[in-house]
Amino acid sequence: MNFEFFFNNLPSLTVSGLAFGAIYALIALGYTMVYGVLQLINFAHSEVFMYGTFAMLWTVMALGGADADGVELVAILLASLVAAMALSAIVALVLERVAYRPLIKRNAPRLIALISAIGASFVLAELMGLRDRVAGWLGLEDDLSDYVGKARINNSIAGVVEAPRWDIGGVSVSSIDILVILSAVAMMVVVDQFVRRSKLGKGIRATAQDPETASMMGVNPTRTIQMTFLIGGLMAGVAAFLYMLKIETTKFDVGFLLGVKAFTAAVLGGIGNLRGALLGGLVLGVAEIWGSALLGTEWRHVVAFVLLVVILLFRPTGLLGESLGKARA
Amino acid sequence: MSKIKSALAAMPKPVKIALWVLLALLAYALPLLEPPFITTPGVDFGGVLFVVTMYMLVALGLNIVVGYAGLLDLGYVGFYAIGAYTVAILTSFHANWPLLLALPVAIVATTISGVLLGAPTLRVRGDYLAIVTLGFGEIIRLVAVNTEWLGERKGISNIARPPSIGGTEGVFEIPHLNWDSGVPLLDFNDSTKFLVFGVLDQIPYYWMGLTVVIVVLFADYLIKNSRVGRAWEATREDEDAAELMGVPTFRFKLLAFATGAFIGGLAGALYASRQNFINPDSFLLLFSILFLAAVVVGGQGNRWGVLVGAALVAYLPQRFREFDDFRVLVFGLALVVLAVLRPEGLFPPKRTVRAKQLEHELDELEEGTDSEGEEKARA
Repeated sequence: MNFEFFFNNLPSLTVSGLAFGAIYALIALGYTMVYGVLQLINFAHSEVFMYGTFAMLWTVMALGGADADGVELVAILLASLVAAMALSAIVALVLERVAYRPLIKRNAPRLIALISAIGASFVLAELMGLRDRVAGWLGLEDDLSDYVGKARINNSIAGVVEAPRWDIGGVSVSSIDILVILSAVAMMVVVDQFVRRSKLGKGIRATAQDPETASMMGVNPTRTIQMTFLIGGLMAGVAAFLYMLKIETTKFDVGFLLGVKAFTAAVLGGIGNLRGALLGGLVLGVAEIWGSALLGTEWRHVVAFVLLVVILLFRPTGLLGESLGKARA
Repeated sequence: MSKIKSALAAMPKPVKIALWVLLALLAYALPLLEPPFITTPGVDFGGVLFVVTMYMLVALGLNIVVGYAGLLDLGYVGFYAIGAYTVAILTSFHANWPLLLALPVAIVATTISGVLLGAPTLRVRGDYLAIVTLGFGEIIRLVAVNTEWLGERKGISNIARPPSIGGTEGVFEIPHLNWDSGVPLLDFNDSTKFLVFGVLDQIPYYWMGLTVVIVVLFADYLIKNSRVGRAWEATREDEDAAELMGVPTFRFKLLAFATGAFIGGLAGALYASRQNFINPDSFLLLFSILFLAAVVVGGQGNRWGVLVGAALVAYLPQRFREFDDFRVLVFGLALVVLAVLRPEGLFPPKRTVRAKQLEHELDELEEGTDSEGEEKARA
């Protein structure tokens, strides 16, 4: 236990934890909404996020982000954000169409849907991990070698964005961390208000409460489900963009760990509850960073997993309760 | 297919037993026969067969948890790891026990860990259980990676092998068959010593593995047809109804979890002993998924289907090594395709088929779409 280090760095550790937590929260949104509507753990949502990180990476590479600065760099980054959101959303929609809709239509047992999700997750991750082979079959490996060359190792955009560190009240914090936290919270508020106020959001909540009655009242269930996957995918894209700004590297299997943690965040806050996802993400991120400061960084993931197990055992409904269907959602 | 089945079922009991014994003998002799096309070029065939038996063992254990009791366990590799690590610690790293003494301890330790994990977690919802067990499997691995006492990333080597019978030369030697000339010939230069657990010849390990599989298979048969097996089935199909009928569902779920852990630990211990060396990379989450794939592909709940599934999952990547990189991709695809097209697996258990049929007939009766039935009713 390293208490001295912990207490000396408490503020900056907390900011860093909040930044991680904000990313978890954005990914958790996808889990929590799909679970709220379908009672299904969308195990492959982590891969939706992973594709977003690569969309961001490739866009920055293709537009020459490494040599750009100033306004040009900002424009490139915005383009990469759009690309990440678009690719994540597409992957999420394809996932829904291929791996879930046939099962939902047949009213298959939930375990079968989960197994299908696990399979889809492996397929998506491996397709990315074997992209050099795929490009080889298409005869494109030379043209695309920058993009597909490092198929199974870390891909990095380190050095593209040089973020200044700010001094806030004597505490040195990374400006990226602040940006991540603020934009994640902003996105969460947007989604929360959308689900609360818009007509589509009402449809989502109605389906979560009672799919049969909702469809009798004129809510198209297939469209609603698509919509939840779409929103989850878009938010995973934002999370991927912010993740790449903060961590700067990605890999074909980066999704798994983040996915489990984001799911932990969703459960922690109360699965099906949008505000719970934000709270759960932030709590998890901070707990993880504090835990690794106290016990050593090698225990970081163990802290997250133990937290998950403990939460499920003692408060399976999470901190704020499960309530996508309720008015508070 | 069904004709063969009924013909088999109609045979007198002594013939049936003789057929089973013949099948078992064939299985034992498989690595000696070295049949062409089936043997694995470039990899030791006996070693591959041993791995196949380990997957079969694990699949049988996981089948009890997933197939019989209907609990989705994504961290089964955790039990496998506990069994392997207990043996490694007791026979090499911190003590010098012989394997036969360490094996029961490993099994007991794994079973206890199964109860400890199951007692609190089996109360949570089914799909939460999947995530908790997934977390458990990763925690076990990460603890092994981070703890000096468990060898960290370096792992543990010099794990005890099973005791040989008849010293280093064995009691007698069995020649292999050689198919090089197109016809099978006895090859006295290439023979297996009975029963020496050495480094080079993996066949004795395969015999050991196969023997354990047969014993477990028999136990599985007995337990499935007992009160316990029926209680598991009732719990899986409808927990509330089972509870109402007086089945203490929680206790039976825990029993299924412990039995599964028992078999997983046994497999892990045997694996560690053959491998002589383990490190945390032997227990990645991927293996949990592969084990699950074996059970689901084969047909959860059907022990023969599960054995076939395990054999496919373990054997195909070795036989077609040039496609090894695509293994995970293919399994992922197989899981999605199976879930979408044939959710009950390649070889669904008889009861599932029968229940499906009954349900279908009932639906037809209720909706009156079955014209034949209507005519009969009119007549």
